[in-house]
Amino acid sequence: MTDIIIHCAVALLFPPLLLGVIGKTKAAFAGRVGAPYFQPYYDLIKLFRKGSVFSETTSWVFRAGPVVTLSATLIAGLLIPLGHHDAPISFSGDLILFAYLFGLSRFFTTIAALDTGSSFEGMGAAREVTFSCLAEPTLFFTLITLARISKSLTLSDILTHPTPMIWLASGASMLLLAGALFITLLAENSRIPFDDPNTHLELTMIHEVMVLDHSGPAFGIILYGAALKLFVLGAVFVNVALPFATGNALLDWAIFIAAMLSLAMTIGIVESVMARLRMTRIPQLLVGATILSAFALMLVLR
Amino acid sequence: MILLADQLLVLVMLINLVMLGTSRLIFSIRAVAVQGVILGILPGLIHPFSGHLAGITVGIILAKGIIIPYLISDAVRKAHIRREVEPFLGYVPTLLLGAVFTALSFAFAEQLPLAPEHKELLFVPASIATLLTGFLVLTTRRKAISQVIGYLVMENGIFVFGLLLSEAMPVMVEAGALLDLLVGIFVMGIVINHISREFSSLDTSRLRTLKEE
Repeated sequence: MTDIIIHCAVALLFPPLLLGVIGKTKAAFAGRVGAPYFQPYYDLIKLFRKGSVFSETTSWVFRAGPVVTLSATLIAGLLIPLGHHDAPISFSGDLILFAYLFGLSRFFTTIAALDTGSSFEGMGAAREVTFSCLAEPTLFFTLITLARISKSLTLSDILTHPTPMIWLASGASMLLLAGALFITLLAENSRIPFDDPNTHLELTMIHEVMVLDHSGPAFGIILYGAALKLFVLGAVFVNVALPFATGNALLDWAIFIAAMLSLAMTIGIVESVMARLRMTRIPQLLVGATILSAFALMLVLR
Repeated sequence: MILLADQLLVLVMLINLVMLGTSRLIFSIRAVAVQGVILGILPGLIHPFSGHLAGITVGIILAKGIIIPYLISDAVRKAHIRREVEPFLGYVPTLLLGAVFTALSFAFAEQLPLAPEHKELLFVPASIATLLTGFLVLTTRRKAISQVIGYLVMENGIFVFGLLLSEAMPVMVEAGALLDLLVGIFVMGIVINHISREFSSLDTSRLRTLKEE
């Protein structure tokens, strides 16, 4: 019971801090002081206090977009185990639901963008859908491989299964999986090298384009949903890449939080040392990630 | 030790994919060099130590890891080319084809009547996958230098296959194969320099036309 409460509390309150850590790391690399760690929380509070402006050409779809996106991501957050504790909701085959909850949230983000009727947002929607349909096979191959290793179809079993023993026995395929998952994590959360969450430059951005017309609380929901998505996919990555469980519940939570923070720092470092890829190179990298995960599956199947 | 050899073979196959996906020549030359060094380490992991073995290791690392890559990158520098532009088949399709070929080589290796002690290892699928990758690079790239690299990768694949037999393979045969390879690379280097001097381009598909347009 306490685990479920901690799970919900961590999943609800923790995500914006990840963005703060990423921002601070990038600032440290650039030699700046940077915004405080809790800046994303202040931003969210500020946005929720504001009023909203809705364009007259939009319909209910535009208003439903952020809400559906956030709720789908929240449910996905309840399906994954955090820090080797079982997830609050789990049933056989929930990995398919997990993958398609992200599909649902993406669908609503894109049709909300198309609903505005702006050609600019349509372009962003087209890009988002193109790149995510290249990133989705990677997620599936990874989940299938892990399911094969753990011989189970529930996310709780699949993701708590990796242990140091498994890393030793099939190190190559686990390493490939971790690499592929990290690339998917960056692509799905529109981080550098795929997309720059800070830029508002017409030609280059993908995700940021689609949310330009949202304002006030709606935009706050979108920002919070993005942070939550980073948290959920980051938790999947941490579960695979960090196969240690002490058995002590509270200690495991502490390890998990520390791992997530260092993951945020790693993302910050990647963003500081890498340049954004050219648009035409992005599919290449995503296909590469898919091949890595398919290769891992092949090694496991053998 | 056998386990480590398997992980190294996975690395060899990943380098194959890197080679198919990159457009920078210097990068793929380095990748070939790394692959050569890995191939040099491999015999020491699967066979008991002997003078013969030490000779092979040093010879392979020197030839595949240092001398041949140096010769090719020298040719690249002299011919002033950095990238493979406009291959016959794009990078993403070749990468996908490479992955399919790797999968097929796994399936094919299952069918082969191998000795029971070789059945569990990755040597045979890795060797076939490397061979096919080399073949793919040879056939889909335009630049003469890329084709030399493809030839090298192919030779690496054959070498991996030979590793299973390295007890039975006498030093002279291996030395002869390495020497052949070295001379081949030399000749290719000279040819490449001539092509670049005569035609101001290393695009081999232009060599088919008799007249200049």
